Amino acid sequence: MEGKKAELRKERIDRGIKARSDDIFALNSWREALFLLGPRAVPVVGLLLVGPFFSPYMREILISTASYALLAISWEFMMTAGLTSLGQSLLFGVGAYFTGILNYYLKFPWFLSIPVATVTGSLLVTLLLVFVLRLRGVYFSMITLVLPLMFMRLIEATRILGGTEGLTGLDAFPNQWVSYYLIMLALLFALFGFRRLQDSDYGLILRAIKDDDRSVMNAGLNVYWYKAQALFIGGCVGCFAGAFGTHYDMFCGMPGFALDYSIMPIACALLGGGGTFAGSVVGAFILVPLAEVLRAFGALRIVFYGSFLTFSIVALPEGLFHFLSRKYHQIERYVEVR
Amino acid sequence: MGILIYGFINSAILALLAMGFNLTFGISGVANFAYGAIYIFAGFGVWILINLLGFNYWVSIGIALLASFLVGVIIFHVVIKRIKGMALSEVIATFGVGIAGMEIFRYFGFIGSKYGLPSLFSGGITVGGVTIDSQRITIGIMAVVLVIFVYFFTRYTKTGLAFRAIAQDERTALTFGINSDKVGAISMGFGSCLGAASAILILPLGNITVEGGYDVLLNALAVCIVGGLGSSVGVLVASALIGYAQTFTAFYLETHWMMLVSLIAIALILGIKPSGLFSQQKELEERV
Repeated sequence: MEGKKAELRKERIDRGIKARSDDIFALNSWREALFLLGPRAVPVVGLLLVGPFFSPYMREILISTASYALLAISWEFMMTAGLTSLGQSLLFGVGAYFTGILNYYLKFPWFLSIPVATVTGSLLVTLLLVFVLRLRGVYFSMITLVLPLMFMRLIEATRILGGTEGLTGLDAFPNQWVSYYLIMLALLFALFGFRRLQDSDYGLILRAIKDDDRSVMNAGLNVYWYKAQALFIGGCVGCFAGAFGTHYDMFCGMPGFALDYSIMPIACALLGGGGTFAGSVVGAFILVPLAEVLRAFGALRIVFYGSFLTFSIVALPEGLFHFLSRKYHQIERYVEVR
Repeated sequence: MGILIYGFINSAILALLAMGFNLTFGISGVANFAYGAIYIFAGFGVWILINLLGFNYWVSIGIALLASFLVGVIIFHVVIKRIKGMALSEVIATFGVGIAGMEIFRYFGFIGSKYGLPSLFSGGITVGGVTIDSQRITIGIMAVVLVIFVYFFTRYTKTGLAFRAIAQDERTALTFGINSDKVGAISMGFGSCLGAASAILILPLGNITVEGGYDVLLNALAVCIVGGLGSSVGVLVASALIGYAQTFTAFYLETHWMMLVSLIAIALILGIKPSGLFSQQKELEERV
């Protein structure tokens, strides 16, 4: 090695404060309590309290961001159980149409139609996919890619449920505040609820299914039953986004099954960082407002989604959230290679 | 009689569409979900070369085929090579490329029904009271020729065997001196080239549209999945099955239902026998 410049290698060490507050919950110091609480408080405070300071138009963007974030979270949740969906629009569309039917034909008010549609819609999706839960990886993805397109063509061909025009003139929310706080609370509930669930024994089983389904079978657990449950839970979140969107736009129709709702959530989740729910939210809060800005360019918007999707897979396989949390928890320094 | 002949032509169209996709995704296991984009890229490419740049028809076809080959190779090197082995990432990333590639044409104003390609030959013949134009006859002949070509190519040439080798066991292929990146890139280029060829053959029957690109991908996917990924016989049988089923539904119901047939075929096969009708590979890996 002599005569050569010494080579450097990057070393990452946990910050002292992280090591101290990791398993001893050191609440006797404000600094350490804040270190733990800070990142968790950001979304809560940000989403709930910032709303009133924005213009109605900005709030509209935040609302649509939150519904994409919900779809991204539901994608991520299904992903943790090894169910890689390429068709979140299936959830969105089914939720939307159920709400539409309940409100249009049965005159359910919004506070009834949304929960009913969320649960029944997710049940329908689970029943549709329960036969293919045995499929793994790409094969499962392909069927989820196909199903929403199938529904779209089916509605186009049979002209049921308003056909290509969809159901219009549905009930709206009383005012923007109701819709704003409804979706934000739902988002926070999903975000923190799923994080909790992930650390429970139940979440451990789901993650184990993704990593090695055969060993979970060896443990005497019924893999399909757990997968079906994961599908239902993830489905509820996606269907809720659809049900919410229906009342928000006062419309449900074929666009609910459009590729937009499949591509965008995946792009958000992957940009934010796979494997974390917070990452999906971070991704959504970057991508959706950006897409809103690009709306003026028309079709270029979808070009942008597509290229971003590819870019984040190829160039940022780790995702933003992992990067940020590493910076938060660890210090990096260069050391000489010996 | 008409139904039988048009069913045959429709099957030939599907077989042509699926060929390139099958070569890349089925035979060498490289996901190419940008296939629809390459298809319309070739279509619009030829249109631009002929109508805007004033090239000769045959020259434009040559350029389009070459360009598609290069696009395939570039997509492989820029996108797929970096994420090789992670099947889902490959699918999602190439799908992203495909969407971007298709929608960019929409952005530049390639919308509507004014974009069509000229037929290769003019005229037609009458069989059993049904007149078939020469383009459809060419499609039928070319489909048969290309299927036979791909069949023998993947079995009796070094490159073709390498295509199959990297899908079956990449490490073993490496020990035999097969450069899997190089072979993958060639396979991707070859598949794109076949896609472009099918575009040039099929597009004179209708208009070039961006939506057509999505349908092409779905149809190719349907044929490959039903037939079984990587099986040339499967492609033939599946395109005949789906082709006739589509023609019958279009005849007895409406053309709206045609696409639905492919989609239902995918859903059914994935639900019942995910490896497809004629596939031998990967039977164990696809389900728990």
